[in-house]
Amino acid sequence: MVELLQNLIDGLGRGSIYALLALGVAVVFGVMHLLNFAHGEMITVSGYVAFWALEAGWSWFLTVPLIILAAVLTSLVIERVAFSRVRGADEFTLLLTSFGVHFVVFAIFLLYVSASVKTFRRPGWVTDTYAVGPLRIEVFDTVVIAVTVLTLIGTTIFLQRTTFGLSLRAAAADFDAARLMGIRSDSVIRGAFALSGLLAGIASVFWLMRAGSTVPSAGINPMLKGVLAALIGGLGSLRGAVLGGFALGMAEVLLRSRLPDSVASLTEGVVFLLIALLFIFRPQGLVSVDHAERV
Amino acid sequence: MLEVSGLTTAYGEISALRDANLRVGSGEVVGLIGPNGAGKTTLLNTVAGLLAPRAGSVSLDGEDVTGWDPEALVRAGLALVPEHRRIFTDLTVEENLKVGGITLPAADRTALLEEMADLFPVLRAKWATAAGYLSGGEAQQLAIGRALMARPRLLMMDEPSLGLAPILVDVVFELVETLQAQGRTLLVVEQNATRMLEVADRAYVLRSGEVVAEGPGAELRADERLFDLFVGN
Repeated sequence: MVELLQNLIDGLGRGSIYALLALGVAVVFGVMHLLNFAHGEMITVSGYVAFWALEAGWSWFLTVPLIILAAVLTSLVIERVAFSRVRGADEFTLLLTSFGVHFVVFAIFLLYVSASVKTFRRPGWVTDTYAVGPLRIEVFDTVVIAVTVLTLIGTTIFLQRTTFGLSLRAAAADFDAARLMGIRSDSVIRGAFALSGLLAGIASVFWLMRAGSTVPSAGINPMLKGVLAALIGGLGSLRGAVLGGFALGMAEVLLRSRLPDSVASLTEGVVFLLIALLFIFRPQGLVSVDHAERV
Repeated sequence: MLEVSGLTTAYGEISALRDANLRVGSGEVVGLIGPNGAGKTTLLNTVAGLLAPRAGSVSLDGEDVTGWDPEALVRAGLALVPEHRRIFTDLTVEENLKVGGITLPAADRTALLEEMADLFPVLRAKWATAAGYLSGGEAQQLAIGRALMARPRLLMMDEPSLGLAPILVDVVFELVETLQAQGRTLLVVEQNATRMLEVADRAYVLRSGEVVAEGPGAELRADERLFDLFVGN
């Protein structure tokens, strides 16, 4: 019982970061039907920005907003340079373009920075824990969960209450109909990328605090988690993406602690197996959305 | 108000609309009728900016708007109730209407929302319902209300009575007459040619992508050739 509770808290902490990543993937997919395999590049770029800032003696307190800013700008630049040129193309073209973006960013850091791991100091409290009864809770997980919940509430209010949020939801439901109402495709797509970058930036802060290092390929892992969680949740559904993120985090923690030691290192493989099973029985993901007919 | 001349639109090699000429005067209700595949929807979609014309021009109040984006055309005063309605199913009725008025200042939008609630009592009753749960008739009224929210000078409707029960077809045509009485300018595509010709000031008949007849509604109704056009004689 205690162990299960412990797993639950650990899973929530891990799942929070995945949920933020998946939500960003889903926001962009909603307006553009792009499954963005370059979603991790926000973390790659902001990882190097964090490395340089900390190297230069900046405090973590100042580095955090810088990381988020770097992620938002990266997202907007990628949209401008790559995705704006293939807008309206079929989904396969969009998918390949996002792969291309990933390899270009990877190559830039490999060629012009370094292939080796760059490490930086982590905030002191990242490894601190406190006790609640028999449970050992990480300060870090507590902060991650709290910030994620606040971010999700903020995003919901933004989408429900603001005119831009309304435009974004309308464009996600039926892009051409939204344009007929006067919603500008440029601004709604850029807005989606900015929001996606912001969410990735917040996730990036936590990812980097925990990792304490970056490499040119640093974006692959968070990208995979975000894309998988969005797929698990049912692409296009924002609620589904968040749910998918938490489900993925929980599954990883539970498997790692429950599997016999000899196969614990295969956790990732088992997770993929479970995802494959999910898609066999529920191809539309956890939450299905019935979109308006597209013509 | 609207002047379409020599408009040609093609999907790849197949031209769906050839050299179409059409005029809608201010305050007029103009019908656009013709058999399936005649190019009626293509014409409306090209005028609304969803399709790019291959040749010809569209002008609105004397301004050349050929090739403009839909988002710019709404701001110029042109709104379209698209084929299949295309309402935002996961947004509420109120949100759908708000999106329709998204180009207007917030205060105007609020005033227009009230106007729409009066014009469509069935919608007022379902204000906070997700639009996906509306019946076909309600959804059609929402689609029309959403377009009216843009305060258009020219409202175009694509098959507003399609797929509706006879009693709801009446509701749609009554609405067209109400809008006509308000002095609005309408261009309506309809498969229900007889009903359309009853209310329209003028109408155009399209067949195989070409305008083959035009004239006052009553005149076209008396025209025996029209029947032949529909049966493809």
